[in-house]
Amino acid sequence: MPATNRTKKAYKSDSQVLRDNPRTNSSGFELKDYYTPDDVKGSYKSKLGAPGEYPYTRGIHPDMYRGRLWTMRMFSGFGTPEDTNGRLKLLLSHGETGLSVAFDMPTLYGLDASSDRAHGEVGKCGVNVSSLKDMEVIFKDIPLNKVSTSMTINAPANVLTAMYAVVGEKGGTPKKNLAGTVQADILKEYIAQKEWMYPPEAHMRIIRDMMVYCTNNMPKWNYISISGYHIREAGASAVQELAFTLADGFEYVKLGIENGLDVDSFAPRLSFFFNSSTNFFEEIAKFRAARRIWAKEMKETYGAKSERSMKLRFHSQTSGYSLTWQQPLNNIVRTSVEAMAAILGGTQSLHTNSYDEAWALPSEQAVEVALRTQQVIAHETGIPDVVDPLGGSYYLESLTDKMEEEAYKYFKTINAMGGVVSAIKNGYLQKEIAATAYAHQRKVENGELKVVGVNAFSKENEQPINVLKIDFNAERIQKKRLREVKLKRNEGNVQRNLDRLRDVYSRDENSMESIIQAVKAYATLQEISDVGREVFGGWKEPTII
Amino acid sequence: MEGTNNNMKRRIRILVAKPALDGHDRGVLVLAKAFRDAGMEVLYAGLLPTPESVARIAVDEDVDVVALSLHNSAHLSAFPAVKKWLKKLGADDIQIVGGGIIPPADRKKLEKLGITGNFGPGTPLDQVIEHVRKVAKKKWVKDQ
Repeated sequence: MPATNRTKKAYKSDSQVLRDNPRTNSSGFELKDYYTPDDVKGSYKSKLGAPGEYPYTRGIHPDMYRGRLWTMRMFSGFGTPEDTNGRLKLLLSHGETGLSVAFDMPTLYGLDASSDRAHGEVGKCGVNVSSLKDMEVIFKDIPLNKVSTSMTINAPANVLTAMYAVVGEKGGTPKKNLAGTVQADILKEYIAQKEWMYPPEAHMRIIRDMMVYCTNNMPKWNYISISGYHIREAGASAVQELAFTLADGFEYVKLGIENGLDVDSFAPRLSFFFNSSTNFFEEIAKFRAARRIWAKEMKETYGAKSERSMKLRFHSQTSGYSLTWQQPLNNIVRTSVEAMAAILGGTQSLHTNSYDEAWALPSEQAVEVALRTQQVIAHETGIPDVVDPLGGSYYLESLTDKMEEEAYKYFKTINAMGGVVSAIKNGYLQKEIAATAYAHQRKVENGELKVVGVNAFSKENEQPINVLKIDFNAERIQKKRLREVKLKRNEGNVQRNLDRLRDVYSRDENSMESIIQAVKAYATLQEISDVGREVFGGWKEPTII
Repeated sequence: MEGTNNNMKRRIRILVAKPALDGHDRGVLVLAKAFRDAGMEVLYAGLLPTPESVARIAVDEDVDVVALSLHNSAHLSAFPAVKKWLKKLGADDIQIVGGGIIPPADRKKLEKLGITGNFGPGTPLDQVIEHVRKVAKKKWVKDQ
């Protein structure tokens, strides 16, 4: 029985390794054998409170999923505006009211389909938008007064917001009735996802313009979704994700207050977007700590009076990084555990990844399994039946406290540097993340961390799975449409509007109205973005390695 | 193996780059550190270089290997574009190694163009380093 012997031997050495190594999590906290009441400090009322009560550790609603399940918001989209319009209408016909649109890389960087740099990338990771015309096609025959639209767009979020406002107006929905969200979290772009156009100060000023304009004119438009997801994917630990994301959040709160907005007039519109990865309890503790820190800081430091300003609402997505190329069906299990962590952590909405995403864009079958995963948890497991069912666990409460404590250490370091923008410009945040990513990879290489199918229980020959194959005509179609737009529009009008925007940008006035006018004249995304590039210049990040 | 021929004593010069609109830099930053720890001289092209500028840096800095990484599905246009520019600049001997989210069918297409490796997620760093050493040696033999 040589095979059995080998297995036995492997088990033996594994248990040896387990005994010898101290147990830690991604945040580097050393874990005890077990936890007792002595590990939990503070009173129930001050640390936890009932669900729906300050400091909201146990959840922002008294009844949580007993009242209403989380929103299963699956993010999707690629190809031409026509493709996306078809997809959105299909979702609406299935009773969805929350749309979520992904854009391609050229759009995310403020470039038109006709740009040299866009070649090979048009319509690949999302839909392409080069001018207002494309947005008109995407939302054709969709009742914007009845839906809410989430747009994953950051650097050019002001231009996309303007386009959405104009499409709404042309279709008879005034901007004050438009509901939706743009991500627009530029700080995490510099820290992690690295999709920017201008230097940090210029982008912060543009966010200020959106905050002020939307607070006054678009009351249902959530102009920022503060994102830890990308920070985590870039290599941060759970506590780094927590600390850096909340630090970004406080930076936006300060920006609003410094520009004359009453904190309670805008803070309720700030929401968060977190990662949910495989270390189950660590993730749940992270979500609970996030709510407690936010509530406390909003009340005590930023003077919020409204409970809505203190309640941290968040969307979550399972970890893309945790998905393995090897034995891809195992990813369904990882995603299930991560989804449970997000739900036990009290998420408001959730996107579950597809098992084939380390191979390619997800196939329809894989997307369906991902959605079914949420439905099984929602309807078969009993997990949503009781609010914060893990509350009171000695381990979880102790871990939640530790998360909070360690996050405050990071806040102190960042504040000592002069805030998040300074900590980006000196490369501190980026270096911290890169160092964690490298240390993690080293642990996987030397076997200290096991990844099933990768460095443990691996197989010699991986069988290929069926992946999505896409026929890409998007680039040709988008270039053609752009040529037509440019032929039909009034050039003088376009130039006048771009000139006005240049003045407004140079004079530090609120730019939103000028952008809306430029969009209306069919100035393209890149033409509008180029005005900013002229006035503000570009950005080169400090040396990270 | 070590020290037995002149080539082995030479330090490998490697440029790591993401030659497209792709800011997902976790992989390249980890690789850059790993190449450095493996004794190579590492240059990083920074974010958002064009294929042309990657090729120009490679030539100006006289590197042996260019390691390209993309997660945005642009590998079939961007990797060959770097190759084309290297050829145009008379530096076709510089080896190109690829990696990222690359479907199996595309891997074959890239191999045909002489872009090797094309490693997917979860590839052990040692395997990538070994491959880089192999292609660098190939270049040195060619150059002689």
